[in-house]
Amino acid sequence: MTATDVSSGAAQRRSGHYLYAASVALLCAWVLVPLYFLLINTLSSPDTVNSFPKPFIPEFDWGSLEFFAGYEGMLKALKNSVVVAVLTMIMSIAVGAPAGYALSRFEFRGKGLFRMLVLLTRAFPLPLLALPLAVMFIRTGLDDTAIGLALVHTTLAIPFAVLITFSLFSGIPIELEEAAWTLGCTRFTAFTKVVLPLILPGIAASAIFAFVISWNEVFAAAVLTIENRTLTAFLLAKLGEAPLHLKFAGGFILVVPALVFIFAVRKYLFAMWGIANR
Amino acid sequence: MAEIQIKGVAKSFGSYTALHDINLTIQDQEFVVLLGASGCGKTTLLRIVAGLETATTGEVWIGGKRVDHLPPKDRGIAMVFQNYAVFPHLTVFENIGFGLRMKKLPNDEVKRRVERTAGLMHIEQLLGRYSGELSGGQRQRVAVARALAMEPDVILMDEPLSNLDALLRMEMRAELKGVLAESNTTAIYVTHDQVEAMSMADRISVMHQGRIVQAASPIEVYRNPAAEFVAGFIGNPPMNFLPATPQGGGRWAVAGQVLDGPQTPKALKFAIRPEDLRLADHGLQAVAKVIEPLGAHLLVTCDVNGALFRAVLDSDLSVKPGDTLTLAPQSDRIRWFDPETTRAVA
Amino acid sequence: MTPRYLPYVLILPVTLFLGVFFLYPFALVAKQAFTTGGGFTLDNFREVVGYWKFPISLKNTMLLAAIVVPVQLALALLMATMVNRMQKGRDLVLYVWTIPLGISDLAAGIIWLAIFEQSGFLNSMMTGLGLVDQPITLLGYQNPWLVFAAIALAEIWRATAIMLVILVAGIGLIPKEYYEAAEVFGASPWKRFVKITLPLLRPSLQTALILRVVLAFEVFAVVVALGGTLFPVLMGQIYSYQFDLMNGGGAAALALIVLAISVVFTLIILRALRVPKGATI
Repeated sequence: MTATDVSSGAAQRRSGHYLYAASVALLCAWVLVPLYFLLINTLSSPDTVNSFPKPFIPEFDWGSLEFFAGYEGMLKALKNSVVVAVLTMIMSIAVGAPAGYALSRFEFRGKGLFRMLVLLTRAFPLPLLALPLAVMFIRTGLDDTAIGLALVHTTLAIPFAVLITFSLFSGIPIELEEAAWTLGCTRFTAFTKVVLPLILPGIAASAIFAFVISWNEVFAAAVLTIENRTLTAFLLAKLGEAPLHLKFAGGFILVVPALVFIFAVRKYLFAMWGIANR
Repeated sequence: MAEIQIKGVAKSFGSYTALHDINLTIQDQEFVVLLGASGCGKTTLLRIVAGLETATTGEVWIGGKRVDHLPPKDRGIAMVFQNYAVFPHLTVFENIGFGLRMKKLPNDEVKRRVERTAGLMHIEQLLGRYSGELSGGQRQRVAVARALAMEPDVILMDEPLSNLDALLRMEMRAELKGVLAESNTTAIYVTHDQVEAMSMADRISVMHQGRIVQAASPIEVYRNPAAEFVAGFIGNPPMNFLPATPQGGGRWAVAGQVLDGPQTPKALKFAIRPEDLRLADHGLQAVAKVIEPLGAHLLVTCDVNGALFRAVLDSDLSVKPGDTLTLAPQSDRIRWFDPETTRAVA
Repeated sequence: MTPRYLPYVLILPVTLFLGVFFLYPFALVAKQAFTTGGGFTLDNFREVVGYWKFPISLKNTMLLAAIVVPVQLALALLMATMVNRMQKGRDLVLYVWTIPLGISDLAAGIIWLAIFEQSGFLNSMMTGLGLVDQPITLLGYQNPWLVFAAIALAEIWRATAIMLVILVAGIGLIPKEYYEAAEVFGASPWKRFVKITLPLLRPSLQTALILRVVLAFEVFAVVVALGGTLFPVLMGQIYSYQFDLMNGGGAAALALIVLAISVVFTLIILRALRVPKGATI
């Protein structure tokens, strides 16, 4: 090999490195730029939002957001969204975590079937089931209530809650629990004193995931609520008539919790798919 | 008084039987080692005594009380786990004090006991640390201290040294033996390491395929193995076996040699430990195959009448592969086994 | 220590929940779809399939899935391998790339509306660069392919992240030794990707594809936000059967059709990417 071969190889490696860095930057821009445009629109006055051409830097005018806050029914929808999402979060963990624990700790008859049932729900277009539930809810008085919608959203979130908690519990050696039993704990106190403190951050992450699932859900929310619309359902219903600045401010409010939550759960996003998908 | 009685304990997992009708009585303050290869049922037996596993049939008695239906916490036991099971979210102090806090002992009593056991295990300076900041050996010490702090009647140990490196294991072995002897507890110790068993136990219980093959003092197990399995499992290198044919009147033909043995008409197996062989003028004709100098000794692997045969000889001896050695077995160390039952024959 | 019934007590809540809110409504949808007041009938199916909008919404839904899912798969694989060899800033890049995971389809539709609407950023850029004199109507009936492109872009932008997460997790499970062994035997980076990453990633690819394909057939809010009625899709038709036409039987029948399509594709993916017994990591 001659000296020029070596240097051209190095040059090739260097240009490959630049290409790699450039593609990473490009893909980051692909995600961030549309979000930036939404931010500009949200932080501009209603007049600017409806004008042309658009500025490429926000003018930090709160007009659009004020309009959003003052729009008839909007704040109520926002409140409904939060209530439904919090209920979903609580119910999906309360219902899902015991099952995740059972899957990770016990061998029992019917375990395979149970796993199938849980996985099956993930592969189903679940919002479709909102249609018959609407009828059922009217009969039971659950129609158009936060708890009714939260029940449906919990069904959406349960497969995730079960699989995430399953993988979290599997990550805690059974020996720790056994050690606690030999040191004077019952099954329950061993759980609260040893397993729970270790697993709490993961539980919080999966709870947040359930919150986001509910927060973002559109179809079932639109089908099951009329007076007590959630933010997504309300925005969907107003898409045809609402002015642009209302749409953008609403979209922005929808996106903000997502940004915060994905940041909060980022450590757990991968763990839960690693074990959970087999 | 904490005598342990295991009465007719059996355990099956579905169609697989892990333990067959185990009977074992462990005296107060006795140190019993359950020794066997992996999968022999020794850990399952320990876990049944601990209450972590439920026996399919049989009874467990500790200190004169039947305990097999009690949860682990009500059995008066403490346990040291193979992977230590030191709680990662608690400091060393809180780990050692965990069981005492569960008993709701007053703070100063917890402090006193934690400091005393930490002193015993030489980890006083680690009390403020978390498990993640400890080495394997230190974690091991915490696990033992945590068990000792309970001042239990019975301490159960499941391969507690198997995750340490060789040097540390030797050190901990001696230390553990001393600490346990002082604590006056009854101990059951599970291991697959025969050196650990030999050096620590008052009594070794050798297990094989879910049964106790022999339970006796270490030297008895070594000198008078009750079965072929024990003879082949204990001792490194293990015992040598050769087929023997009866010549009548307690005389036996072994690889062309005639030896004295038991009075029985059926064929037996002759057995001798490699270190109980001597170079002599009359004896077994062995062709040397592989010579391994081990410093203190010379391990010679030979061929006797087509069978594998090992001898531990003096390291000054000069032997080459292919040499024929004449090996005389020390007559009082010869043992005989029935090939049908695999049991020892006196 | 373990009472026999404990695991069943623990799975009971989920089982009840899924029974009441998954299996039972599923049975109800099926029943409603196959009846019209009287006994068993296929009338509902005949009606929805015969409706003039059905072929076009079926075609649109399938076409969208056929474009979006492969692009997402390729993009997610590319991103996952890029992240895998990253040393500095891996966490930050992963965070940025997974942001859309938390964004609803409705919000995604609104975000892309900001770009494609008549006074939006795309028109602003084009006039700024002098490509056009006047802002043009991008999302109108005059440009059906542009409506389609906007919806496809929004979908790709939004839902690549879920595949990325699954694939990154899957790649993380592949032991590094395999790559080192392949490198020692002289495999190029591309060969290593094709011969090691892809085959060992099959379980994750399965999960990612099933999830994405099923969700692709459920596309709804993005379409409403960007295309309105210009681009009918199956889910939108179900919505309008239920609310505009007040025809529950029709909505149920259409829901079952979407379900059937989802199941068929799930089975195809499971079969195509099956892992032989014993060939797992």
